[in-house]
Amino acid sequence: MSFVKYSDFIQEGDVVIIHLNHNSTIPVKVQKGAQTQTRYGVIRHSTDLIGQRFGSKVTCSKGGWVHVLHPTPELWTVSLPHRTQILYTTDIATITMMLELKPGSVVCESGTGSGSLSHAILRTIAPTGHLHTVEFHQQRAEKAKEEFREHRVDHLVTVRNQDVCKDGFGVRGVADAVFLDIPSPWEAVGHAKAAMKKQGGRICSFSPCIEQVQRTCDALSDHGFDELSTLEILLRVHEVRTVSMPLPDFGPDFLNPSEPDAVKEESAPVHAAVTIKTTTPPREIPGHTGYLTFATKPRG
Amino acid sequence: MADNGEEDHEHRIKEGDHVVLKRGGIFKAVQIQPKKKLIFEKQWFFLDKAVGHLYGTAFEIASGGELQPQAAKNTENPPDTKEAGTDNRNIVDDGKSQKLTQDDIETLKEQGLKGQEIVQQLIENSSTFRDKTGYAQDKYIKKKKKKYENTVEILKPSCRILAMMYHGREPGKICHLRYDTLAQVLTLANIHAGSKVLVFETCAGLVLGSVMERMGGYGSVINMYAGVGPVRMGVESFGFPAHFHETLTDFPICNVNALLKGNLDTAAKDATAGMLCNFIILSFLVRWFQAQEKKMKLEEKRKKLAAAAALLEDRDADGLVIASRFHPCPVVLGLLKFLSPSRPFVVYSQYKEPLIECFTKLKEQGGTVNLRLTDTWTRHYQVLPNRTHPVLQMSGGGGYLLSGTTIATHTSKPAAPQQTDEPAPKRPKLENTEG
Repeated sequence: MSFVKYSDFIQEGDVVIIHLNHNSTIPVKVQKGAQTQTRYGVIRHSTDLIGQRFGSKVTCSKGGWVHVLHPTPELWTVSLPHRTQILYTTDIATITMMLELKPGSVVCESGTGSGSLSHAILRTIAPTGHLHTVEFHQQRAEKAKEEFREHRVDHLVTVRNQDVCKDGFGVRGVADAVFLDIPSPWEAVGHAKAAMKKQGGRICSFSPCIEQVQRTCDALSDHGFDELSTLEILLRVHEVRTVSMPLPDFGPDFLNPSEPDAVKEESAPVHAAVTIKTTTPPREIPGHTGYLTFATKPRG
Repeated sequence: MADNGEEDHEHRIKEGDHVVLKRGGIFKAVQIQPKKKLIFEKQWFFLDKAVGHLYGTAFEIASGGELQPQAAKNTENPPDTKEAGTDNRNIVDDGKSQKLTQDDIETLKEQGLKGQEIVQQLIENSSTFRDKTGYAQDKYIKKKKKKYENTVEILKPSCRILAMMYHGREPGKICHLRYDTLAQVLTLANIHAGSKVLVFETCAGLVLGSVMERMGGYGSVINMYAGVGPVRMGVESFGFPAHFHETLTDFPICNVNALLKGNLDTAAKDATAGMLCNFIILSFLVRWFQAQEKKMKLEEKRKKLAAAAALLEDRDADGLVIASRFHPCPVVLGLLKFLSPSRPFVVYSQYKEPLIECFTKLKEQGGTVNLRLTDTWTRHYQVLPNRTHPVLQMSGGGGYLLSGTTIATHTSKPAAPQQTDEPAPKRPKLENTEG
């Protein structure tokens, strides 16, 4: 198992995703002799996980069952322990495409945060790319390093515990893309430019507040970035439902007397309701995550 | 940090390259061919002079259709020093404020005036310009620049650029798949180097090419297609290096059932036998050569089919992407069988109802978790000092996605030995519990 390569069978030391019902998931580090508690009962790693195929059904001690899945950055995003507010798959997918990430890309990112985006980047740039990620909080930087190791992606990433606004990314002229998710991105634009390749590259800044976006756009323009584009993207989930809607009874129908005398009697039963298959939105949805600002650093 | 020649080479425009022309928000994919006249945004020009320059360079279209690299961009003329009004209460729009006529402008163009100079002329000949507010002046200049500039940028193709191009120019060709929806597809399907991905698309090859870009030439992509042959012009526009194409295999879906049943015959049927019944000797020879050629082509086809079948028959694909005009239900039900358990699949449809059906059938049949029917709402912003707001027009819709993860369809057998360092054999294959 690794976050950048599939495998078929679970081994000790793997990180797996236990899918409980109704789209809730928990990450589990597989260890001989260990146990994991779930609301359906206990999962014994040695018998229930090790040697089993990813995707298998696991019956827990209380009789309920769950499925064990191979980790992906998307499953990790919805299962990981939050140390900070994280980026979700919708924004991550947009960032990945708009920054033109692909195998071999060299990317600089700050702040690392809880590593949600980091894992997605690593998956996309493997096996030949590299991620330079900067986190100014020491414990978070340590935790990220530890997770990258457990997820078998540490060879693709360098974590630096420093302040990107003061000290930059720690590299110069190597990045194809830079991503900023920090309180004052305009202070890091100069460093971002320095970290990027001479031939150009893409930059993205994620900010919840429009004032931050304005200041960042100013800084990007001042530093000669082109093709500025700010957008926001929201996910709309459609929940599939079977709905029964009753039909109104307007009384006997006198307008079309096909059989004048038969009408008097109890007519054939009218369908009392119609069943339709449709979707409904959830009651409340995330209405805002942040604004994504993209730009291109031109060549030279 | 040293900028060696090799790295640079990748970033320079070469003859034969597939590139994308850009002006403002309009894109067009073309190939650099010597002395080939191109039309883009109502202008004719040749790309010969672009060869050797770096990607991302902006060129001016000089008279004669030759490209010249644009001189360093000068930032907007300082409007602070210019005269400006405070509001539009006294500005009457009678259509008479511009003194230059259409003919005058044509004359200027013929004289070879650059776009910027024409804009300057328009400003000087506008009676209301100095009454406009500073912001209105900026807007006016921007609008005229867009109309009269004759620059074109040459870009290296990428999924982002091509997706925006197709969506802007020919959305019908890509089932109205909006670029951010495509972004979701690629991420939700966990497309990455080294995996084995199945694609069924009728989006001119845009989806296929995007998948290939994210695989970087590693792993394999099987392009399932309906009809006589795959339609994937879009893949060419990506300009992939030759070795990428070795990872791509095509497979006609008319063979899916046979493959699933295990009786796919990959031997060539010699359809030429009936052709050789012609009496005239000369044309007999011609026909004989034609038959040989046809035999070779059939042999090639047979080999390709066998190769694709070999990739598919183990039913261990890592991902499935469907984006077509076909009703998605039967497609996904049929192709899911080729996936290993615990692998993602994504189905795109321009319409929601077919995906509701898919969702329902998949839930009934079992074998999947995390089923989600979604679409994305995207809005662009104009960010300018004191003029920041969402852009007035917005995309009405970008299609819908059904995504999920496969799971084992019955209790799985564990890997044979307890030794965890020995990789278990690829089998056991999971039998489909349905007949």
